[in-house]
Parts: sequence; C-alpha cells; structure tokens
Amino acid sequence: MTTAWEPVIGIEVHVELSTESKMFCGCEVTFGGEANTKVCPTCLGLPGALPVANSVAMDWIVRIGLALQCEVFERSVFHRKNYFYADLPKNYQISQFDLPVCRDGWLDVTVGEETRRIGIERAHMEEDTGKSLHQGDGGRIHSATSTLLDFNRSGVPLVEIVSRPDLRSAAEARTYAQDLRNLVAELGVSDARMEAGSIRFDANVSVRPMGTDVLGTKVEIKNMNSFRSLERAIASEIDRQVALLDEGEKIQQETRHWDEEAGATRSMRSKEESSDYRYFAEPDLLPLVFAADKVESLRAGLPELPGDRRLRLEGLGIAPHTARALAHADAQLRGTFEEAVALGAPPMVAANWVAGELTAATRRLETPAILDGRLLFGLIEMTEAGQLSSSAAKEVLVEMLRSGDEAEVVAARLDLIQISDLSALEAAVTEVLNSQPEAVERYRSGERKVLGFLVGMVMKTTAGKADPKLVNELLRRQLET
Amino acid sequence: MADLTIEAAGSALAAGELSATELLESVLARASLTEADLHSFLTIDHEGAIAAASASDERLQRGESRGPLEGVPLAVKDNFCTRHLETTCGSQILAGYRPPYDATAVARLRDAGAVLVGKTNCDEFAMGSSTENSAFGPTRNPWNPDRVPGGSSGGSAAAVAVGSVLGAYGSDTGGSIRQPAALCGVIGFKPTYGLVSRYGLVAFASSLDQIGPFARTVVDTVTLFEAVAGHDPLDATSYQGPVPNARPTLAEGVSGLRIGIVRELGGEGYDAEVAAATSAIVDQLADEGAKVSEVSLPSFEVALSVYYLIAPAECSANLARFDGVRYGLRVPGETVEEMMARTRAEGFGPEVTRRILLGTYALSAGYYDAFYGKAQKVRSLLIAEMATVFEQTDVLVSPTSPTTAFELGAKTQDPLAMYLSDVCTIPANLAGTPAISIPIGLDAAGLPIGFQIMAPALGEKVMFQTAAAVEALAGFDARPAMAVSP
Amino acid sequence: MPVDIDIAYVARLARLGLSAEELSFYRDQLGVILDHAAKVQEVDTDGFEATAHPLGIVNQFRPDEIRPSLDRDEVLSAAPATEGVYFVVPPALED
Repeated sequence: MTTAWEPVIGIEVHVELSTESKMFCGCEVTFGGEANTKVCPTCLGLPGALPVANSVAMDWIVRIGLALQCEVFERSVFHRKNYFYADLPKNYQISQFDLPVCRDGWLDVTVGEETRRIGIERAHMEEDTGKSLHQGDGGRIHSATSTLLDFNRSGVPLVEIVSRPDLRSAAEARTYAQDLRNLVAELGVSDARMEAGSIRFDANVSVRPMGTDVLGTKVEIKNMNSFRSLERAIASEIDRQVALLDEGEKIQQETRHWDEEAGATRSMRSKEESSDYRYFAEPDLLPLVFAADKVESLRAGLPELPGDRRLRLEGLGIAPHTARALAHADAQLRGTFEEAVALGAPPMVAANWVAGELTAATRRLETPAILDGRLLFGLIEMTEAGQLSSSAAKEVLVEMLRSGDEAEVVAARLDLIQISDLSALEAAVTEVLNSQPEAVERYRSGERKVLGFLVGMVMKTTAGKADPKLVNELLRRQLET
Repeated sequence: MADLTIEAAGSALAAGELSATELLESVLARASLTEADLHSFLTIDHEGAIAAASASDERLQRGESRGPLEGVPLAVKDNFCTRHLETTCGSQILAGYRPPYDATAVARLRDAGAVLVGKTNCDEFAMGSSTENSAFGPTRNPWNPDRVPGGSSGGSAAAVAVGSVLGAYGSDTGGSIRQPAALCGVIGFKPTYGLVSRYGLVAFASSLDQIGPFARTVVDTVTLFEAVAGHDPLDATSYQGPVPNARPTLAEGVSGLRIGIVRELGGEGYDAEVAAATSAIVDQLADEGAKVSEVSLPSFEVALSVYYLIAPAECSANLARFDGVRYGLRVPGETVEEMMARTRAEGFGPEVTRRILLGTYALSAGYYDAFYGKAQKVRSLLIAEMATVFEQTDVLVSPTSPTTAFELGAKTQDPLAMYLSDVCTIPANLAGTPAISIPIGLDAAGLPIGFQIMAPALGEKVMFQTAAAVEALAGFDARPAMAVSP
Repeated sequence: MPVDIDIAYVARLARLGLSAEELSFYRDQLGVILDHAAKVQEVDTDGFEATAHPLGIVNQFRPDEIRPSLDRDEVLSAAPATEGVYFVVPPALED
C-alpha cells in the first residue's frame, strides 16, 4: 500500500516599496535606469555613512500589516543580518529579527469551492541588495567569469511577508500569491510587478503522510518569475519529494532553483555555515515605537479590504463563490465590475463575467486583461437582449480584449448577432416547414424527435445566428396548429 | 604663536593683530620641527590649509568672522571622512582612500571657519590604547619619545600637546580621547552619546563611538565641543534636544557640589603617583567646599569584560564592508570569496583581526546568549547603577588611566594588559555619559597624570564646571620640551 | 563556561583568509580574552534588557525626500576594479 502524501507549503514574499527615496538614504528609487547613478555613501556602504529610516516606508509596512490583519508591535527593532555577498555593500543587511513590525495575521484564500485561512507569521522591514550581473556563459552563475555590480537597487525598501506553512497545494499557493500581490498593489505601496522583480516569491515545500501533523524536511525554492512558474515549481517539487519518499529515500534540507525550461527544480550548492547570520540589534538605528493612535489612523486610511468587499458583494445578490473570487481579484478587474454595475448592469451578471471569462482570459494571457467597464456593460446589454448567444458572447469578449472595440462593433464584424427578430425567424421557420413536408408529416404522426432535425435546418438557413430556444418555440407552435 | 590658546588666538585674529595665514605658518613650522620624532599626522594638507586660512583672512578683513574658530588651525583624527582628502583610519585596507564626502563634524568645522591642517595618526580603526596599531607607524609621546602617547587618538593628543595645532578632535569608544589626553598632558573630552553626530566617522563600535575634542584649556574645550555638537538628521542616534550650555557656569566653582570617588577605579594595578595626585586634587576640591565621598559601582568591575564583548561584536559587522569590492585594497583571488578573504587577511592588522574574530565568535550561533546577549544586559545594569549613584552625586572622579605613559612595545604582545589601560574610561562609553580628562601634574619621570571627571548623561554643565575648578587648582602649565619655541 | 573556539569556522564567517599558524595564534589569544570576558556570566541581570540608546530615545526618521546621489565617475574611481559603468568582482564560488 502506498502512503498518501500531503504537501505543506509556506510562502515568503519580498515586496519592494515604491517610495520616492530609498529606505535609509535619500537616493531615488528607480527601476532600471543607468547603473550606479542612484548611489550615495549610505547605500554604497562607504566608510562612516549611517542609515536613517524612511518615515513613509514605516507607515507603509504598517498599512500592509493591518491589511493582512496583523498585530502591529508597539515596539520593534532593526537588526543586522550578517553575511558576505558582493552585492550587499555593508556585508550585512539591515533587517528585523525577533521584533518585526507586524506579526500574526491572516489572508483568506479560495480555490474552487474551498476557502481556507492562511496564517501570516510576520511582516518585517528590510533593505534590498544591489544587482549582480554574472558575466560569461549565458549569465549563469556557476559558469560566470566575472560579476558586474550595480547598486541602484541597494537600499530600496523591502517588506518581507512570511506565511505560516498553511498552504496545501500548488494551486492554493498560487492563489495566495496572486491575492497578496493584488492586495499590496491596491494599498498603493508597491508596483508589485512580478516580472520586474518588484514583488518576489520564494516557497518552502515539504510533504508529510496524509492525516499526520508532523513537519517534513523543507526545501526552499527560488527563482519563480511568474505566478504560473510559481505553481509549476511547487507542483514539480511536490512530485519530486513524493517520488523520493516512495522510493524510501530522504529529503535533503536545501535551497533549489526553479528551472523554467527544464520544468524542474535544481539543487544549489551551499555552504554549511551560510545560515549563521549573527543577528544583533542595529546600533545605528533607534527602536521603533508605534503609538496606538498612529496605528489606528493608518488603519482608518486603508481601502476596502477583500473580506469586507466579499460581504458587500454577497449583499448585491452575487453567489458566495463568485463574490469571493471577485473580492480578491485585482483592482483592474474589480474596476471593470464596479463601472459596469454603475452603468446599470445586473451585479450578478457582471460579476459572473468578471470572475469567470475575464479572469480566465487574464490567466491565459498572463497579463491583466484590460476591459473598460463601459465596454463590458455594452456586451451585457447585447446578451441580455438576446442578441448574442453565450458562446458567441465569449468569442466577442476575446476579440474586444484584443481590439478594444465595442461589443456591437465586434459582434457585427464577426457576424455573430443573433436573429431574435420574431417576424424574420417566423419566415425562416415557414420556409423550412414548406420545404420539408415529409418531416412535418412524421412529427404530426407522433415522431417528436424529428423536431431536432427541423431546428437544425432553421439554424442552417440562418447561418447559426438564430436563438435556438426561440426557433424551437416557433417550430412547435406552427407544427401544432 | 603655536603656543596660543584658541581663546587668545581668536582675540588676536579678531583684533587684526594676527592673520590666519601667519597662525597657520607658525603651527606648520612647529609640526615640521616635531613630526620626525612624533609622527602625529598621517596627512598634512598644506594646500587645503593655506587656502582655508586665506579665505578666513578675507572674511576677517571684511568683518565677517564665523565665530570663535575662524582662522584657527585644527586637526581631526584619520577616521573622520574628509572630502577628497586621504582617510585611512591607520589601516592598509584604506591606504590612498579619498572619501567623496565630509563627516558632519568636519563640515561643521569648515562652516565655522576653522583651518583643517591635517589628519592625525591613530590605532587602526581606533582599536588600541597606544597608537602602536597604526599601519603607518606609531606616534610617540611628546614628553618622552620612548613612550606611547596613548590611543587610539594618540596623534591628536600629541599634536595638541606640542602646538602643531591649537586643538584637535578624536573619537572615543572606550577611552580613545581621554586616555591619550592623560598620557600627553592635554584635556580630552568625550561628550554624552548622541550630542555629536557620528555621520562620517568611520565606525568602530556604533553604540559606543563618540567624537570629542582635545585642547589645552577648559574654555577651548567648550568652544571646540560647541562647534560640532547638536542634532544631525543624518545620524539617527543623534540627540534632538538642546546642547548643554556649559559656558555661563564655568567659573562657579565646586562649593556644594557632591563629588564621588569611585572605589572600583583605584587600588591594585594603579601607579602610586597617579593615586597620590588623584587624592591630592580631590582634597583640594574638598577644601574648595565640595562634598566628597566614596561611592561604589560594583558593575565597574566587569565593565572591561562587557566592553570587550560589545565593541568587537559591533566592530565585526562595521568592518565587514572592507571587502575589496567598492574601495580600498583588493588582493586578487580566483573567486569573490577568496578575493575578500585575502583582502581582509592582508589589509587588517593583528589587533583589528583579533577583534573581528572575537566579535564574530561572540555573536555566532550557540554563543550569542552567553557572550554578546549577556554583555548587553550587564551594560543595562551598569547604566542603572550609575543612574542611582548620580541621584546622590553630581560628578564622579577617578584617575583617567591607571598608569602614566608606558614604553613602546611594553604591551603589544599582551592584548589583555593593553586593554586594562582603558579600565577607568570604559564605563562612560557603556553608559553613554560625558567624561573629561584633565592634566593635574607630572610624575617623577616627568610624564603627565590625567584626572577624570564623569557626569550623568547631558550633565556637561556640571562636568565642565568641575573641570574648570580642577584646572585652576592644578595650575598645570608644563609643556613638553619639544613644544618650547626655538 | 569553558571556552571552546572553532577558530577556522569563525575566520570563515568573518571572511578572513588566515594561515593555520595565524589561526592557532588567534585561537590562543581569544581563549585568554574570552576567559576574562566570561566574567559577565557571573553577574545577575534578572530584569535587565539590552540597552538600545543611553538616552532612551526612539523613532528618528527621515522624510521620504530625494537627495542628490553621488557622481558615478567619482564613485567608480575609488574602486579597485571596474568594467564600464559597473564595479567588477571575480565570479562567485557558490551557485
């Protein structure tokens, strides 16, 4: 008998904040830009330079923490995390250790019909490193001949959000990551662009026998550049671990890189002592004290959070599952929904479109599908009027996304407008009945299944543009009088 | 002229009796006579100093003096960043390094119209008590060139003692201003932690480092302190409140002041002559009406141990940035790891290497709680003990150093013996409190003896008031033979 | 606590490429210093936490304002090695 294995997954997220200036100095925060132009004594780690924390970044980490239902520590401390790396100018990173700004929060994640509460262990403030460009064979680290260093990114404010190991599938991990990304983007504290590296996800994966609560040996996986690769990497790592365990082998605690092309994780060699970070309280920075009234004023400034939004949407008559999906959708998609509803679209219909087809299109395209709420409203108007079949409407939507044109224009261009004009259809029905006396006779003698054939004939003569339900109805009426 | 006090030079400059350029020439002449024996400077910036003096003279002629330091030739320790002027911290790893910016203290001195003569020698990265750990050769004691000037700011102390500058600055992490001041017969002052910005001071131990002045009179010391003190937005640990104003009460004397003699800072290991001179000056203070009593601070017994865990731990991280990547020495290697390891092994001298290893060990997995973590708690205990004592005492007094200047090489093979020469000065660093060393006499060998006055945090006023009284009572006006104008 | 020092490990952590002789020299010296420093372990510190700032001050922040960065040519001119507009180092040993 083979053991059933349960995956145990935790996610670490690094969010680069989009403040004007860096975390501990006045250099501009830019993405890209001329190498080594946004550097100063502090972010280059020059002798004698000192850090001073950015007040806006400190407010923003509290916003993130509150949005994730975290407790905000009254007193918090920066620590030095010591390790040597060429793109870490001081050879220590200013980070937080046992007194992070935020801890003990949660985020509800829905996959299919199931909603689960994923614990957030902590959210802490730190600084980003510079960038290493490995010269040589294809930019791969292991075969590089030299490394070029650009310190523009050094010192950019970074919030690390660590989940508890509460995720149980690759799909759930992906949804958690997407929901978190959307939340951070909505708070307006980060560009949160995964492809640009302004939000980065690492996963800790282990498996254990189903039904037990032991923790297996965890493997950290890195280098996922999209939500899709995050999901694939986790799924692949789960498979790898299960296969090893089924063979009776042991899992090695290690860090593995996701190789997108190979579709598999790959081991990274690492030194045994790489984890002796010798944390100690950063003597150049003072303790952080967040007064209760300050925290409350930041809480009051938060936008509507996904949990509250879900309740509001359910109040509009939207099915719970759809309401949950829409509540966590990204701001673009929700904007489309809200605008269409404001123009008069029935909330349930608009929600189904946004949470269904539009979200699916977004996933297929891997970029947010941008559709104006006004355009969606036009599409809904046509379907509600019976001018488009449901399958035609989906086709129209895809073309609208591609072209940005209005639903009517697209439907006309694709020749998908449904004939729901009664007199035109009646003429087509009469014509078919006149040309098929034999079939009419068989129907009238009780062979009811011939109706299907007649519907098909009408659809054929109308080139598929007739509303099949209406055709059915008209045929029946004429045959039975 | 090189023997003028800052106060006297300021009056002469303001009155037009003396030009900044003449004053500079006179101190440079003094330096050229003494430097071969002393080696108190690592860099003398002739060009920069001449330009600064001439700009100062123009301002003086226009009646636009920037204050008491206008035209006054000063020096700073070589661990102060000076824009485009070599800053080595006495280390091979920074040989030839020219920072792109000025430390806040340096910028304030330039703004005050001071003439920066050069950068003074020091123990490598301010780690040492004799200035023998400078990679560029030791500084010698102006009173006896076979002796050390103390350290780590030995260059600044020696330069002021001989008049190569009228005042100078150093940094004090465990006594690095006060101990060399004592050994060189000048005044050295470590302010309350946070009163002088550390921005641009190359860090040794961030929670202990503090910039302070060397001068020959208490009034000059106050002037030099005021020029650099005050909040700096570039240093998060800098104090935002007002700088204690000591000047108005300098002459008020010690009558009624409660003076505590620290029992733990005396006895075994202290030179008899140092002890005798200390008692004598305390008796004089009592004669002036001070209420003298003995006080006990048991935690002072372990202050040295606490210090030799906290300071190396902070230093191990602060000096991690010297890795051959962005500035300074690089020793080539096949991999970046090898390059860094070779650069650091070759670039740092033995004392720095020792402290980096010590601090790395004290922070490493399995030892943190027993060493670094525990030391931090004992530090808090010491601060609490001092706070309690200061409820009943206005100032605490002790020798600055258990001995007068020792011979070169006497302690270089025994790190612990060297560390013990900071036993009196370390508590004020751990507590972040102000302390000053003031010369009170010479021993039989003709070497200066320093007297330390400690006050509670932000207690500079009462500390300077006591110091002024000691200055008057001791009447110390001896000068090293080297300083006597030809 | 008896002082037991894996000096080679400590030197690796500190990125100090010391010879076997140097390692043994420093191990002996560290032993002596740590024996002395271990005196802190005898002090009763119940109720005391680590010191953050002697004056007890907290919360010093800077406004989120851009200040001028350094001139790139000057920054790079201090470096032991550069390539174009980058600092350059030998390749990393580890992946």
